[in-house]
Amino acid sequence: MQWGSWAEFWAMGGYGLYVWGSFAVTLVCMAGEMTSLVLNERAAQTRNGEQA
Amino acid sequence: MKPRHKRFIAIAAALLALGGAVALVLNAFQSNLVFFFTPSQVASKEAPVGRSFRIGGLVQNDSVARDKDGVTVRFAVTDTAHTIPVVYRGILPDLFSEGKGVVAQGRLEADGIFRAEQVLAKHDENYMPPEAAEALEKAHGGKKK
Amino acid sequence: MSAINWFKYSSPHSFYPLAGRMVPWFLGAAALFGITGLYVAFFVAPTDFQQGESYRIIFIHVPAAWMSMFIYLVMAGWAGAGLVFNTRLSGMMARALAPTGAMFTFLALWTGALWGKPTWGTWWVWDARLTSELILLFLYIGFLSLTAAIEDDRRADRAGAVLALVGVVNIPIIYFSVVWWNTLHQGASVSLKSAPKMATTMLLGMLLLAVAFWLYSLAAAMLRVRSIIREREPRAAAED
Repeated sequence: MQWGSWAEFWAMGGYGLYVWGSFAVTLVCMAGEMTSLVLNERAAQTRNGEQA
Repeated sequence: MKPRHKRFIAIAAALLALGGAVALVLNAFQSNLVFFFTPSQVASKEAPVGRSFRIGGLVQNDSVARDKDGVTVRFAVTDTAHTIPVVYRGILPDLFSEGKGVVAQGRLEADGIFRAEQVLAKHDENYMPPEAAEALEKAHGGKKK
Repeated sequence: MSAINWFKYSSPHSFYPLAGRMVPWFLGAAALFGITGLYVAFFVAPTDFQQGESYRIIFIHVPAAWMSMFIYLVMAGWAGAGLVFNTRLSGMMARALAPTGAMFTFLALWTGALWGKPTWGTWWVWDARLTSELILLFLYIGFLSLTAAIEDDRRADRAGAVLALVGVVNIPIIYFSVVWWNTLHQGASVSLKSAPKMATTMLLGMLLLAVAFWLYSLAAAMLRVRSIIREREPRAAAED
């Protein structure tokens, strides 16, 4: 481990806003897209299951 | 809204996006294809006169000096062949340092000094830990690139 | 590879279940590479001598930029195939890829801006690299808008295909922009021709996340093409 403390980890040498702002938006976008696709798929399976 | 109206709006949006892209390309071709001029180009009068342009190169070693007012900073931009003096009032980016890349936007004044409105640091594509950088510097120690 | 094998899955009906079976594997693998990559990015890769901790944005920025360009090429490939072979699935695949491609283009621009501010000193410049990547975003948005606007699916696919193919020229422009023109954006740290200009652990983290993003994109495309098949050809989507 190279971080002296969790505080240092979140601070990212003073660049915390930029680094975490990047990772957070990325996570939100990818999780959002995948969630919406999976929910759509599950709903279709349910419909299909009811018809079968 | 009628389907026909929705479709019209959607097609208009698509055309707008495409038009925006084309406009950007044309704009780029007109003035920004040359993102910055080198000091040599400025010295040989290739840079535009009387309007704002960008100059890019390295910050010449031992050229950075702050005026007594604490805000104005002077330095020189070089491409090792030619050097242009620059004066700038404002905050310099973190990565601005002597021997490193810089891109300044502003005007060349009659006195031959480039009055910068914006100074950006340009870094290279190398990524390594500080120890590796120090080792590299030691290895190149006596040799001038 | 007989001709029969090659075209076996080219009908929506036969591709639908195959795509469905691939999704969990792609997602699982994406998660594995993603978690490992993030671990390397934050707990193995050291700080950078020049940019400090701000360089860690590279672990998102470069994989996203690579995906933005790669997905566009694949999308244009499917679009072209659809035009040439008149295959229904090809057009569907192009439409399935576009939203994910657009997302990664946005992420490349967003993370780039957040990286540029503390390092270069600005959120944005109109240099050739940034401008051409922005144009890529416009191309994706144009493709999505145009195909959404046309009611007939096959005609929409064909119109989108033409747009996608015309835009392909932008991809080499993006890639070579830092070579052809003076740009603020620096040159390539990683290329096929020369040794990487990155420490090994930094490069490893970047590559692991690039693979993760690629696997994610495959999963997203498979899910989305199934959704498209369900919309256009409900009988093809009926499981047996």
